[in-house]
Parts: sequence; C-alpha cells; structure tokens
Amino acid sequence: MEKIITIENLTFEYTRVEDGAAIRALDNVNLEIDKGSFTAIIGKNGSGKSTLAKNLNGLLIPTSGTVFVDGYDTADDDSIWEIRQRAGMVFQNPDNQLVSSIVEDDVAFGPENLGIEPEEIRRRVDKALEEVNMGQYKQKAPHLLSGGQKQRIAIAGVVAMRPEIIIFDEPTAMLDPKGRKEIMKIIRELHEEGITVILITHFMEEVIEADRVIIMHEGKVLLDGTPYEVFSQADVIKKANLELPIMVELGQRLREKGINVPEGIIKEEEMVKALCQLKSQN
Amino acid sequence: MSIKVTKLNHIYDKGMPTEQAALTDVSFEINDGELVGIIGHTGSGKSTLLQHLNGLLKATSGSIEVGGVEITRPGVSMVEIRKRVGLVFQYPEYQLFEVNVAKDVAYGPRNLGLSEEEIDQRVREAIALVGLDYETVKDRSPFELSGGQKRAVAIAGVIAMRPEVLILDEPTAGLDPKAHKDILNMITEVHRRTGNIIILVSHNMGDIAEIADKVIVIDSGKVVTVGSPLEVFSQGELLKSVGLDLPPITEFCNALGIKDTVLDMEDAVGKIVDLIKE
Repeated sequence: MEKIITIENLTFEYTRVEDGAAIRALDNVNLEIDKGSFTAIIGKNGSGKSTLAKNLNGLLIPTSGTVFVDGYDTADDDSIWEIRQRAGMVFQNPDNQLVSSIVEDDVAFGPENLGIEPEEIRRRVDKALEEVNMGQYKQKAPHLLSGGQKQRIAIAGVVAMRPEIIIFDEPTAMLDPKGRKEIMKIIRELHEEGITVILITHFMEEVIEADRVIIMHEGKVLLDGTPYEVFSQADVIKKANLELPIMVELGQRLREKGINVPEGIIKEEEMVKALCQLKSQN
Repeated sequence: MSIKVTKLNHIYDKGMPTEQAALTDVSFEINDGELVGIIGHTGSGKSTLLQHLNGLLKATSGSIEVGGVEITRPGVSMVEIRKRVGLVFQYPEYQLFEVNVAKDVAYGPRNLGLSEEEIDQRVREAIALVGLDYETVKDRSPFELSGGQKRAVAIAGVIAMRPEVLILDEPTAGLDPKAHKDILNMITEVHRRTGNIIILVSHNMGDIAEIADKVIVIDSGKVVTVGSPLEVFSQGELLKSVGLDLPPITEFCNALGIKDTVLDMEDAVGKIVDLIKE
C-alpha cells in the first residue's frame, strides 16, 4: 500500500507561557498513513492528538524528527505550498473558518490563493459545493446558515483545493445530532471517492466507521490497529480515561454475566446478530 | 418553590413582514426540586424558552410564575428575576475574563452589592460545589485551566448568585468524554446538595435519560409531550417525527425486540440476559 504520510521519530515541544517550561506534547511518534485510508485518532484533551494533526500539514513543524506528506518534508519552507495543497484541514468551530460574506466566495478563497484560472475556480467551487450538498446556498451569507451547514462550507473550501488528504480536527464537536450526521455522511463520501481521511474525534460512534484507530495518550501512540483490535483492549482504553463504544461496553458486561457474545463487536448490527444466534442455540 | 408556565407565546418581529411565532401556547409545571431536561432539535424554540425563564426576553402573552411570583408581570425588577433564576449559556467559559478564578466567581455576587465577607463565603461554597478545590484554583488564571475546569468555574459564577433555579444550556457540548462525565456528575451533585430546581437543555439523550426526573419535548415552539424519561423515551415514533433520537441503548434494545423501554446499560444487561435465557 502506498504511504501518503510518513512520521518518523516526531517530537514536538512548546513553551508554557506561565513559567517558560518546555512541555513535550508529542514524544517520539512513528506512524505511516496509507493512501486512501480512513484513520480515526482519539485521546483525551491534552493527549497530543490535535498537535499531531497540526504537524501533518505544516501548521506546526517538528521540534525533532520528520513528517513527510506525499514525499515532501514539512520542515522544508519551499515545500509548504505543495503540502498545504495536498493536506487540507477542517477545524472544530465553523464560525472561525469562514472568511467571506458569500458562500461561494468563501469556497473560492483557497483555489484563488493557489493561482488557479478563474474558469477552473468556478468549476471547482460549484463541484465542491455540490459534493457537500450546499449547491443551492452558493449565493447565501454564511452567518445565516446552521452550524452543520457552515461546517459543510468549510469542508467545501478544503475540497476545492483538491487535496489528497483531509484532516478533520473534531469537526462535529460543536454541532447538534443532525449536523453531526450530515458531516459524517460527507466524510464517508469523501473517503469513498479516494480521499485519505484523518478524523480526530471524541465520539465513539464516529470512530467505529474508520478502518484504523489510533489512541494517543500523553504524547505517545497508546494503541494502533483496526477498531476491532483496538477496542478488544478495553482495560488499556479505560486506563487512558476514554470511553468504550457502547456495544463494546455492553459486550463486556454481558460476558461478565455469562452471555458469551464474541469479543470485539463494535457495531449494533453485529451485536443484534450475535445475540439472536445465542438465543436460537438456547 | 415551583415554576408554572401558562400559555406562553413569543412572536419575533410582531407586525413586521418577518414576523415569526417562536413559542406558541407553551404550558408546563415544574415541581420543587425537580431536575428537568428540555429536548428539541436546533431551532425548536428551546433557547427562546430559556430566555423567558430568566427575563431576558419578554413574553408576547402568557405568564411565568417562579416561586409564586409572576415574573412576566410588568414592573417586576430584572434583578429580582436574575437573583432567583440563574442561566448558564452555551460555552460559558467564553465569558470568563478575570485575572483569577476567585475574582471571576465573585463578579456576580459583587454586583448584588453583598458584603466582602458574604461574597467570600459564597465564592468558596460555589467553587466547592462544582467540584474544584478552592485553595488550589483561587489564584490561578481561569485561562490556564482545562476545558472542563473552565466550564466548571463559569458555572460556579452563576451558582455563587445562589439562584433558586439553575438553568444550563448544553453544559457538556464540545467536552472530551472525561470532562463530559465530570460536568454531568457535578450537575447531579449540585442538585443533590442544593435541592433546587435544575433545568438542563441537551442534545444528548443518554444524559437526559440518566439524570432527569422530568423531560419536556419542544418542537416548532410548542410542547409536544411532558413526562418521566421512561414515559417520554417510550414514544420513539413521536420523538423521531420531531427530529429527535432515542438514547442509543434504548434504540438498541428496541431493535432487539425488548418490549420494555430500557434507559441505561445496567437495565439493558439484565433484560438481555432474560431474553437469552428465557
């Protein structure tokens, strides 16, 4: 599998304002991300997951170690445009990401800065807005839209840059359940189109959609694997002060009561199936 | 101490082309000491309702009685209403501004014109109530605290006003799972220790099922149904029709064909064990 991101011995330190102490937010992280994959990164606040995300498109530069995006070193000043074009980022607060007073102008902001021809920008903006189902809103003012709609505009702005990778840093944290579902649908669709997705989130129901889960804890990778592999390690996850997906928790409790559902069930449908099988055996 | 809302109406931009009814004939009662959850999708009128309960918005018609005082009557002073009803907005930590935690929490009580002694006592009490250690945090800048702690400090600022009714609008939004749980525990603890009415607005149905005594469902500015969590979450179809979900565990048990409405993990485990073994 082709690697689109390679992280080697990444350490990142920042200086705490109050006392000038060096705080190590990332401690010797090594990871490779496959092209076209869907990776979820979880961890409690302060675990280093957002710092990691910001190191993936050169918003932060490693204190030591290297990050390669599609072969470009993020520490190399001359590569920064190549990297930003390949790896787009969507943040938590939709209100902080929109710059224009008209939706389509906002989406055009990125491509304009890439120096793309006006006709091509037009095509990209229209297509990006269609992809997030916001085509009918292109002449509207962003401040009149809902949180979920604003966040979709922010995603369209990234999509219009035609990135290979999109890093979502808690994109649904400030949205209501409806907005969250809208955004997760768009993320799934972008992944199906071949975009490499990195999703940072606290919501377990979003994590189980990924094909790889990385758990960050105190600046290090604590667990890394398929959702099945990672959530089989319930004790490690609880120790990191994280919650388990609801079906994993239920499975564990049922096994304690002597109901032998298989370990590693993370989705509802699988649990219903397993329980129906057990019942028919009785 | 109880709350009685009777035929409350609110029309935005009355008489203008943009006229819009935000609340229509909203009536409900909250008994002394109840922890009430208000649910409804974005734009359903929840926030408009909250703003009436502490006098931020004036009703177009109808009345709100808090502890026997009709706060919708002309001439009732805003200060009196705010003393009784404390409202914690969404993301209240954005409103922190003082140099240290103790001063931030003292801001409200100081505006009530209380003595320094009384202010100090209330600040200590409020900080303890939200689960923080007064000596540890009092001199720290609120901006140095974690997300969950900042929010706890902001809530302490309202609690220090000693309101008889505490309203929290989405108090757990945007927090990580640990901080989420801490804030939820803090709310039940404040409720247990003060015995006051707490009104909680949340999109998290699991949280509402877990801690509320009574649930009010709002849609398009109207009360759709009121009842215990068990009564309300037994009406899955009705909730879906107004754009709301059931708590995940309730939904799952329904999918399994369990007849009774299940509201928590403990109950789910018991019912599933019965189902398999029967």
